[in-house]
Amino acid sequence: MKLRETQRRMAKALMLPLAPSGRMRKRAADGSLMSREAAAIIKPNHRLSSVERLEIYSRSYWFRLLGSLAGDFPGLRAVIGDRAFERLAVAYLSDCPSRSFTLRDLGSRLEEWLRKNPAFGGRRLTLALDMVRLEWAHIAAFDGPEEKVLGPADLVGLKPSLRVGVQPYITLLELSYPVDEMRIQVNADSSGAQAASNVATKKRYRKFPGLSRTRPDSVFLAVHRLDLSVYYRRLTREEFRLLSALRARRSLAASIRFAFEGSDVNAEDRPPMLQAWFAAWASFGWLTCRPRKRKGAHSS
Amino acid sequence: MSFNRFNAFSGYGIGVGLRVPHLSHILENKPVVNWFEIISENYMVGGGRPLAVLDRILEQYQVVQHGVSLYFGSAEPLNREHLKRLKALVRRTGTPWLTDHLCWGSVDGRYTHDLLPMPYTMEAARLTARKVRQAQDFLEVPIAVENVSSYAGFHVSEMTEWEFLNEVVERADCGILLDVNNIYVSSRNHDFDPFDYLNAVPAARVAQIHIAGHSRFEKYILDTHDHPVVPPVWKLYEHAIRRFGATPTLLEWDDRIPSFREVHAEALKAEKYMPAPVAVPA
Repeated sequence: MKLRETQRRMAKALMLPLAPSGRMRKRAADGSLMSREAAAIIKPNHRLSSVERLEIYSRSYWFRLLGSLAGDFPGLRAVIGDRAFERLAVAYLSDCPSRSFTLRDLGSRLEEWLRKNPAFGGRRLTLALDMVRLEWAHIAAFDGPEEKVLGPADLVGLKPSLRVGVQPYITLLELSYPVDEMRIQVNADSSGAQAASNVATKKRYRKFPGLSRTRPDSVFLAVHRLDLSVYYRRLTREEFRLLSALRARRSLAASIRFAFEGSDVNAEDRPPMLQAWFAAWASFGWLTCRPRKRKGAHSS
Repeated sequence: MSFNRFNAFSGYGIGVGLRVPHLSHILENKPVVNWFEIISENYMVGGGRPLAVLDRILEQYQVVQHGVSLYFGSAEPLNREHLKRLKALVRRTGTPWLTDHLCWGSVDGRYTHDLLPMPYTMEAARLTARKVRQAQDFLEVPIAVENVSSYAGFHVSEMTEWEFLNEVVERADCGILLDVNNIYVSSRNHDFDPFDYLNAVPAARVAQIHIAGHSRFEKYILDTHDHPVVPPVWKLYEHAIRRFGATPTLLEWDDRIPSFREVHAEALKAEKYMPAPVAVPA
């Protein structure tokens, strides 16, 4: 058997989801016996059969990846519950196995996958999707790249035709639920727990106690970092639109026009508002000298 | 002395794996540590806290990079994007040598995030050596490959693990990161004499040694890095130092991590096996 075939067969076998008992399944999806497949590849010894030896790797694979996903999406887990989360995670990882060398990227396709597989989101699908978007944005804010900052002094005398950028580690989110508050609550509940991506965890999360009473609420949010910590900053609709337009490489003048389209903010109130926003964003280091061409927008 | 071209002739002595729970202690107390080993992948990010912390560590300490996902033994080619990001980190840390595992872990672009054992065949040795050479040429830093713990062997294997290791390192002209705990774990799981393994390793290629703890189950031993080093592994280490001379040595402790002081004290037990420095007349 050639190397590639050996590796394909072993990877396929160990990536087969475990049985509910946490052991390897007896049969693959096509009905073939796993013991026979294992015996074709792996030598037994006097203590372990071929399939038992393979099972060590299969359990390790699933425990590692499920632990990593749970560590990255504690809010989603609290929204849909432990058992539903485990079902979702197994289905997601089966459909979207890791394509990155780092576990950090494991959840990169979760939002897209959940939209295509809404049954896994439970009765609060929109809430679950909002939480997924927030938690992926949290990862991006934690270790995403940073560009040269446009400081407060650079803002003096900016021309209307100029284009400025927004830091690539910032995600702008328009949400239907206050998932930022919920995620902060999860963090508080699990304080002290490690969220490292390479540590399997058996920690169980309570569902949010007030979940059934959680009502939709339009939220505009910037997920960013300051002094190396991740923060969620609520934005007004106009702020959100302005930052989104800047990120889309529109000029300052065009961005400001876009920000106030349909706005009920009085014209005379707008200049001081803009001044305060730009001063705050510059002090947070949100603005960059070069607008960045983005592959995909996170905002909606 | 195992100071050679594979570890840039650097007498690094005994080091400790840099782990998140210890960071604040290290940055606040600046303990005297010869060197830290970092997991490369944890710092191959765009920015934020990981790189900021790394830069602070680099101001104070020597760092060696240890990777977990180059997968020299995977049948597919090396990932160019991965190599580019790794090279950027190599430039940042100034690591004098770089290590990763003699294993596979990805197939057709899908990653298992595990260190899977190799089938010990000539086909696999040739491919693995070619990929190590390619990585070494691209990264412009000496590479040492680490033997992994294993729980399964393949029908197609044509040689022992140490014969396979020797075949790869000779063909790739690279160094060896010899994990004596992994030798012990695999020897119990595959019923071979760990001293046969140690005695077959080419001394001139040993760049670094790993020591660690493991967990014993009824039918096999698992490489868990969550215990102190056990006496049989210290015996292997003693034998290794006798064969290879003083070698940069690192303790790995990755789960149920105790305080930094405990981990460092465990690592420093290795000093007792190091040869005494030779007095130089004035």
